[in-house]
Amino acid sequence: MALVAALRRLAHVKLRDYSPRMAAVTSSVWLTGQRSFTSRTQCLRSDNKVTVNFINRDGEKITVKGSPGDSLLDIVINEDLDFDGFGACEGTLACSTCHLIFDEDVYKNLGPVTDEEMDMLDLAYGLTDTSRLGCQICLTKSMEGMVARVPESVADIRQSKDGSS
Amino acid sequence: MWKLYFFYGKNIKHTLLFQTSFVHVLIHDSVGMNGRGKAPFSSCRPKVCIVGSGPAGFYTAQHLIKARPDVDVDIYERLPVPFGLVRFGVAPDHPEVKNVINTFTQTAKHTCCSFYGNVTVGKDVSVGELQQAYHAVVLSYGAEGNRSMGVPGEDLAGVYSAKDFVGWYNGLPSCQELSPDLSCETAVILGQGNVALDVARILLSPIDILKKTDITQPALEALAESHVRRVLIVGRRGPVQIACTIKELREMVNLPDTRPEMVAADFEGVKDAVKDLPRPRKRLTELMLKTAMEIPGEKEQERRNNASRVWSFRFFRSPIEIMADPDNKRTAGIRLAVNKLEGSGDGARAVLTGEVEDVSCGLVISSIGYKSLPIDPSVPFDSSKAIVPNSMGRVQQAAGLYCSGWLKTGPTGVIATTMNNSFDTARSLVEDMDSGTLDISAAKPGSQSISGLLEKRGVKPVIFSDWEKIDSVEMSRGEAAGKPREKLLTVEEMLGH
Repeated sequence: MALVAALRRLAHVKLRDYSPRMAAVTSSVWLTGQRSFTSRTQCLRSDNKVTVNFINRDGEKITVKGSPGDSLLDIVINEDLDFDGFGACEGTLACSTCHLIFDEDVYKNLGPVTDEEMDMLDLAYGLTDTSRLGCQICLTKSMEGMVARVPESVADIRQSKDGSS
Repeated sequence: MWKLYFFYGKNIKHTLLFQTSFVHVLIHDSVGMNGRGKAPFSSCRPKVCIVGSGPAGFYTAQHLIKARPDVDVDIYERLPVPFGLVRFGVAPDHPEVKNVINTFTQTAKHTCCSFYGNVTVGKDVSVGELQQAYHAVVLSYGAEGNRSMGVPGEDLAGVYSAKDFVGWYNGLPSCQELSPDLSCETAVILGQGNVALDVARILLSPIDILKKTDITQPALEALAESHVRRVLIVGRRGPVQIACTIKELREMVNLPDTRPEMVAADFEGVKDAVKDLPRPRKRLTELMLKTAMEIPGEKEQERRNNASRVWSFRFFRSPIEIMADPDNKRTAGIRLAVNKLEGSGDGARAVLTGEVEDVSCGLVISSIGYKSLPIDPSVPFDSSKAIVPNSMGRVQQAAGLYCSGWLKTGPTGVIATTMNNSFDTARSLVEDMDSGTLDISAAKPGSQSISGLLEKRGVKPVIFSDWEKIDSVEMSRGEAAGKPREKLLTVEEMLGH
C-alpha cells in the first residue's frame, strides 16, 4: 500500500514539475516519492516558517508551511498543491487564476492592493469583497495560521444555474 | 499514507487503472526511451485526440492527463507550430500572458501526450477517420473566421479585419501578405473589445516599446514608418456597455506619448449609473469617467500636452459605409450612424436616430468579433451562433465527439475563461469514460492508424521536438535582435527546421 501511495503521490505532481522529474528518475523512483513525503514532514516542524491553511475546491483543508517573503502562489507551487489551473501566468499579474478568498479579519491584514491587482481580480470567478490574488500576497509572521480558500471553478456555478454551457 | 489519500482523495477511483498504467510508464522510462514513445501495451489505453493546439486544446489535454493517467492524448494542429492564439493572438507587449506556454510545454512533453503539427483536420484527415482511430475526439480549433460588417465599401483597400491585422503583426503565416498601408493620419477601429484595444495600442505605441517585444520584424518596420497619429475606437453602444476589460483600458490611459480625447456628452448620466453597477463594470466605468471628465493633475496635464498621438472612444456609432477616395479607390472615410440606447445596462439596445456622421480616415479595422467555422460536414454546427451545439462540452447527437474553447462557447473571455471551459469539457469526457457512456472497452489504434493515413497522403507531421527546434531558432534570432523571439513567418520556413 505504501508503494501505491508513493506512486499516487508522484502521479499528481503538478504538470510543470512532472516531466523533468520523470526524466531524472529511473530506478530510484520509489525512493523519490518517499523523500518528497519526508521533506514535507520536516518542513512542518521548522520554527521559522508560517503556517497557511488552504481550503481546496472540494472543501478540504490543506495545511502547509511557507517562508516569510514567499507569495501564496510560491507556496502552492513549492508544496505541489493540486489546484487545477492555479497561477497560469506564473505570478505576473496577467490572469486571475490564483484568486483566493479570505475571512475579513485576515483580508485586512494582507496589506494594500494595487489597481493592477484589482483589475485582474475584476475578471476572477466568484469575486468577493475579500478576494486577493495569491501571487501578490507575501507571507509575514503575522499571517500565521491564516486560511485561504480557493474559489469554486466556474463549472460549479454554471451547472447549478442552468445545467448547460 | 492516509495523508496522501487526503490530498488526492478525489482520484481514488482511478487507483487500479492508474497502478497498471503507471508501472508501464516506469518500465518505459527505465529502458531509456525518449518521452515521446508510447508505453507498452498501449493498445489497451483509452485514446483521445484533440483538434487544435491553442489554450483550449492544451487545457483540455492537461486536465485529461491529470484525471486519467491511463489516457493517451494526441493533439493535432494545422500549423507546424503550437499554442494557437497564445502565439498568434496575444499582443506582443503582453509577454506575461504567454507564460502559459510553459505549462502547455510540460503537457506536450508528458509521456501520455503527443503533438502532431502541420496536419489539417477536415483536409488531410477527416473527423470521421479520427473517430475511427480514437475513442473520443475533442474539437478545440477556435474561431478563425471573423464577423463581417456587412456594409458597402468593406472590401476597399485600407479596410482590414482585426483578426488579419493581429495575425500580421503576430506572424500568422496566412496574414503576412497584408502589408497594411499606415500612411494615413487617422485610423478607425470598429468595436471596443480587448482586441480593438490591442490594435489601438500597437498602432500608437512608441516604437522603442515594440522593438523589445516578439512583434514581427516587417510589422515593426511598418509601424516605425507609420503616419497614424489618431485612433478612434468606435462602439455601437455607450460607456456602460463597453466590451473591453479594465487592464486594457488602463494600458491605453497610461500609454506613453498619447493622450485621450473623449466626447463629454457621451458620459451624460453615466456618473449616476455607476453606483449600482457590479464591481468590475463599476471600476471600468469609473476609470473611463476619470479619463474623460476629470481635470488632470499638473503632471498628467503636461504629459497630455506633450503627447504626439491621440486615442479616443466614440460611443453610440455604427458603421453604415466605408467611403472611397474617388481617385484611387482607397479608404478615405467612414460614415457612421448615430445611435441612441433603448433600455439600460448590459441589455441596452442601440437604435438608429437617423443622424449620420462622416469621419475622414485612411484605415479602418473591423474588430467586431471572431467566428468559428465548420470543419467537417459530419460535425453538427449551429451557424447562427457559430458554435458546435453542446452540453458541457459534449457535442449534441454525436457520441464520442466533444468540444472546448471558443468553438464551444463563442469567441469571448480571457484565457482563464477558456481554461475553465476546457477543464469542464475534460471533466465531461472523464465522466463519460468512468460511467461507461463512452465505450472504451475495445482497443483503438490512435495515432498509429492516422500516421499511416497521413503518410499515404504525403503529409509529414511536425512533432513536438521539431517545434522545439523551431523554437530555439526563433529564440536565437530574437536574441540577436534584442527581442525575446523572432518568429518564422512562413510554413515553408518552419518546415525547413
